[in-house]
Formats: sequence, C-alpha cells, structure tokens
Amino acid sequence: MALWVIKFDLPKRIKLAQGLWILYWLSVMGGILIFSMGLFFKIELRKRSEMMDNNESHFVPNLLILVGLTACGINAFGGKVCHDSLDTAKFAKWKPMVKNYLYGCFAFCIILFIVALLCFLVQVSLHFALAEGLKNGMKYYRDTDTPGRCFMKRTLDMTQIEFRCCGNNNFRDWFEIQWISNRYLDFSNDEIKDRVTSNVEGKFLMDSVPFSCCNPGSPRPCIQHHLTNNSAHYDYDHHTEELNIWTRGCREALVSYYGGMMNSIGALVLLVMLLEIADMVGLKYLTTSLETLENPENPESESEGWLLEKSVKETMSGIMEKIKTFGKGNQVEGEGAEAPATS
Amino acid sequence: MVWAKMKFPFEKRVKLAQGLWLLSWLATLGGAITFCLGCFLKTELRRRAEVMDNTETYIVPNTLIIAGMASMGINYFAGRICQDALDPYFCCSIFFTTLMLLGVILSFIMRGTLEGSLKVGLKNGIRFYKDTDTPGRCFQKQTIDRLQMQFQCCGNNDFKDWFEVQWISNRYLDFSSKEVKDRIRSNVDGRYLLDGVPFSCCNPSSPRPCIQYKLTNNSAHYNYEYQSEEMNIFVRGCREALLNYYIGLMNSFAAVVLSVFVVQGTVLASLRYLETSMEAVLGQENMEIETEGYLLEKSISETIMEYLDPVMKILLLNQVEDGQAKAEEGAAGTSAAPAK
Repeated sequence: MALWVIKFDLPKRIKLAQGLWILYWLSVMGGILIFSMGLFFKIELRKRSEMMDNNESHFVPNLLILVGLTACGINAFGGKVCHDSLDTAKFAKWKPMVKNYLYGCFAFCIILFIVALLCFLVQVSLHFALAEGLKNGMKYYRDTDTPGRCFMKRTLDMTQIEFRCCGNNNFRDWFEIQWISNRYLDFSNDEIKDRVTSNVEGKFLMDSVPFSCCNPGSPRPCIQHHLTNNSAHYDYDHHTEELNIWTRGCREALVSYYGGMMNSIGALVLLVMLLEIADMVGLKYLTTSLETLENPENPESESEGWLLEKSVKETMSGIMEKIKTFGKGNQVEGEGAEAPATS
Repeated sequence: MVWAKMKFPFEKRVKLAQGLWLLSWLATLGGAITFCLGCFLKTELRRRAEVMDNTETYIVPNTLIIAGMASMGINYFAGRICQDALDPYFCCSIFFTTLMLLGVILSFIMRGTLEGSLKVGLKNGIRFYKDTDTPGRCFQKQTIDRLQMQFQCCGNNDFKDWFEVQWISNRYLDFSSKEVKDRIRSNVDGRYLLDGVPFSCCNPSSPRPCIQYKLTNNSAHYNYEYQSEEMNIFVRGCREALLNYYIGLMNSFAAVVLSVFVVQGTVLASLRYLETSMEAVLGQENMEIETEGYLLEKSISETIMEYLDPVMKILLLNQVEDGQAKAEEGAAGTSAAPAK
C-alpha cells in the first residue's frame, strides 16, 4: 500500500520531467552561489586576519566551498537523469543507480542543514577572535618599526575608516594604551616627562585618539587631542559632542558585518536545502511513475507515482533491517573466515 | 565596376549565413556591453558631480548608452528582417556604428573639459569646506573629506591649497584669544589662514601619528623635517587623482567599445555580401552555382557622388531658378524703362 500516490498520464509525466529538469538546473546555480559565497567569506576572513590574531578557523568557508561543488555535481547528475527519463532506452542505464542516488541526496540534505546551523553559530567564535585580535592590534599600533607588526597601524587605521568605528569596545580604549611611539616623543620636554612619570608603568597615556577615528560628517574640524578637556577647545563640551569622532567600537562593527554576511549565507544554504528536497520528491515520483507503466510497450499509458512504497513505519523498519543485515553480514563472514582458519 | 568583390561558392554562402547568425548574437551582446559601460560611466560621473562644475562630459556616456541600446535592438532583428527592409537597416546600422566610434573619439576630446570642470569644482569645494551651516553647502565638508580619503589625495593641485583658504569656520574660533586675533589681523582679507590641513589628508601608511597642524614649522614637532617628510599626508592633488581615475576608466572602455565596433562592422559587411551574393541566385534554377558578392555596386567615389547628387541638385536648382528670375526681372526692367 503505497503512500501519497498520484496518477500520471503521458502529458503529466512530460511536464513533471521538464519542470524537474529546470528545478535541477536552478539547484546547480544555487550550488555555484554557495561555492562563490564560501570563497567570498574565505577572502574576507583573510583580509582581516590581522584583526583576528591570525588564528581564525577557516573550517566553515572550506566546508561551504566543498558543499557548493558537491551540490553542483549532484544536481547536474539529477538533471541528466531527468533529461533522459522520457526516453526508455536512455533511462534504462540510469535506473539501477536511482535508489542509491536518492539515499545520497537525502544524506546531502542533512549535511546542508548542519552547514546552515554552523553558519549561524560561527558568529560566536568570530566574536571572541575579534575581541582578542583588536586588543592586540591596538597594543601594537605604535610598533611601526618592529618587523611583523609594521603594518598594524595602517590596517587598524583603514579598518576604523572603513567600518566607521574607534577602538575595541569604544573610543576610550585608546586612552588606556600608549599609541604614540617613543621615537616621536621629546623626552626633554617637561610635560611629557610629567605624564610618563605619573603613570605606574611609565607609559605615555593621553586622552587622544588617532586621526582615523574622526567622523567626516562632523560640522567642525576634527578634535583628536584633549578630548575630555572642555577648556582646551572653543565652544566644546565632550558630554554633548556626538559627531566629532566615531563612538562605536570596532569589535561591534566587525561582528555585525560578519554576522550579516553569515546570516545571509545560512539563509541561502537553507533555501538550497529546500530546493534539494523538492528535487528528491520530484525525482521519486518520476522514477516510480516510469516503473509502473500499465503497458510497458506503450509509452503513452497511464501510471502511478508514489513517495513511499510502504507506510512510514514499514519503511523505517525496512531500513533498520537493512542496516542490521549489513552489520550481521560482516559478522557472518567474519565467523565463516574464522571457522576455516581454525579448522 | 563593383568595389570589394568576392566569389562565393555554395558552401561558402552557407558558412557565411551560419557565421552571420553567430556574429549577430555577438554584436547584440556587444551592444548590451556598450550600454552597460555607458551606464556605469554615467553613474561614476554623477557620484562625483559635487566636485565638478558642469555636465558637458556627460555626452560621452550618453552617446555610448544610445549607441548600445540601438545596436542591441537592430542586431536582435538582423536575422529576422526580410529582403525589402535591408536598405533602411543598413542606414540605421551604419549610423549607430559610427555613433559608437564617435563616442570613443569624444572620450579623448572631452578630457580637457573634464579637467577644467574638476579644477573649478574642487576649488569651490575647498572654499566652501567650512560652510557646514549654509543650506546647499552643508555637505561640502563631508564630500571633500570622503573624496580625499578614498582617492588618497589632498587639496586641488596639492596640499598647499589648504594654506590659502580659511577652512575652519568662525563659529569655532575663539576671537578673544590673542593668537587668533594676530592671525586675522596679519591677513589682508581678515581670514584665519594657517599651515594646517584637514584630517582627511592624513596618510594611514605613515609610521608616525598624523601631523596636521603647523606643517611648515619644524620646531613645533619632535624629530620632524618638513622638506623630507613624505608619508605624513597625501601630497598628490585631488584633481590629478580624479582625472587619472576617469581617464583610466575611459581608456579601458574605449578598448572594449572599439572591439564591439569591429564586430558590428563585420556583421554589416557579411550581411551585405550575403545579400548581394544571394541576389545573383534569385530566379536561377540551380541554387548551388557560384556567385559574386560585393560591398558597393560602384566604386567609392561614384557611390559618394550618387548620394550627394540629390543634395547638389537642390542647391543647383535654386541657382538656376534665381538666374531665370533675375533675367526676367531684367527684361521687365528694360521693357519698363522705355515705357517711361
């Protein structure tokens, strides 16, 4: 007693085959899109690898690239089977593979679901990687003469300009580190000597930020230095000043950027998974309808198509049996091999 | 005596027809590409319209857009037209193909206009930098700042342009301070000029934190020498940067449009050859005979004369009529005079 039976005559079968062929090619394009999105994500991670302390995991983009390529291959094969399905001679060579192909598709759908879940979860690991990376980035901002760190200043400046952010959590992070190298500090100057001696670790700290924190949308020329000192600037109140510098922290900016990207990629993967499920359903109906032709010689006869040959419970128990026999088969063979060995 | 004659056996005619089908699709694609390039160029010019003075340079992308659209439409129908419609098709095609070539030539001619427009636009932009409270100019500061950061440039010709303009608004100057009062009095126009540049001129690749103010004063900063300092701020002027950007863009577009032009010309020539070689076959019993195809029925000079003849006739006819009218007048005058 088959489940979800539909009757098919020749025009309906042809329409199903054509529609399914188009759907398969749409899925191929979806696979290509996933592949390119994985590549894009990988490039974006590499671009900012210095912000993430050079130890970000490329597992998710690699997985996306692999899944995209596999989707292309699987769906192209499905499209070919569809294309040949209405010609009995050509379809005969694909017939034995269809069952295994459908099992493979089902496993692939589960993999797609897991990948989508990973896409949504990777934001958490990015959050921690960025927090650590930005903290170190700011610490090494002034080390433009140390090999290996000489481009940190440029990278951080460009990041702050591009993402419109300042500091790690907010702009006050710059007040807590010395971001001006000692090479450019005149230690014979009294003011500088006072500042350095007033600090426990001998660091030159000040309430200023680098120029890359400046907001171009501010109506007045940028105030970078003596930010908390109202009397240092004419008509300036640092409590009410909003547009002068970017107040958002770069970690928040970068996480929301990557988060948005990952959310869209995850949604795309889920969409492709739905397409795959539709493909599987369509192919099952097509192949079963071709198998049950009332008059095998006459291609125009009516036939039935179904999703499951038996009821759900029977199908599940059938699958469990198969898995058990597969396991038992190995055991029997093992026993058989041992018996001649001992004898 | 025809021009550009070629012999066409049957197989060659068949190949020509098949090749023409493929070429016409290529030409349609070429037309679409030209259209897209024109749109992109127009968008890029519009994005920076605030630092340009006039819109005369828009003629280049407009020409490309029209030529691309027309070429797409005409080539799409190339394969579907019947024998009778070939002449107007040729006229339209030739016109729009020359339009493409004209677009490329214009892109080279218009560079002077573009430079002049940028010069005036940037000068005004720098002048109105401080007017963030004047309606109509309040976004000049943001535009110039973003421009300088994106194109890595400073000022109009170079960064010294900022020394000649008051770019800090009076709203933010403390007129009770002695320093401010001195500076304003020392200047003839009463402007607050200083040897400083806005923050957007700062070069992120500089190893030291940016020095924006007192640029020419070596003693104001530790270990700083104005003449030898290179990486501190961008030294290139924004006019040069923008001009280089647009010229690079137009050069690459010109290369693409010229190749589309060549494809289009090939389509026209092939269609003409096919038309003329098929003409000879019409009415013949054996369709597989060898025929001749040509581009022009007469030589080039004769064809040009043929087209100019109607134009000349109109002009000459007027002259002949004038002459007759004058002769009649003269006769009437002389006959009238004795009557007096």
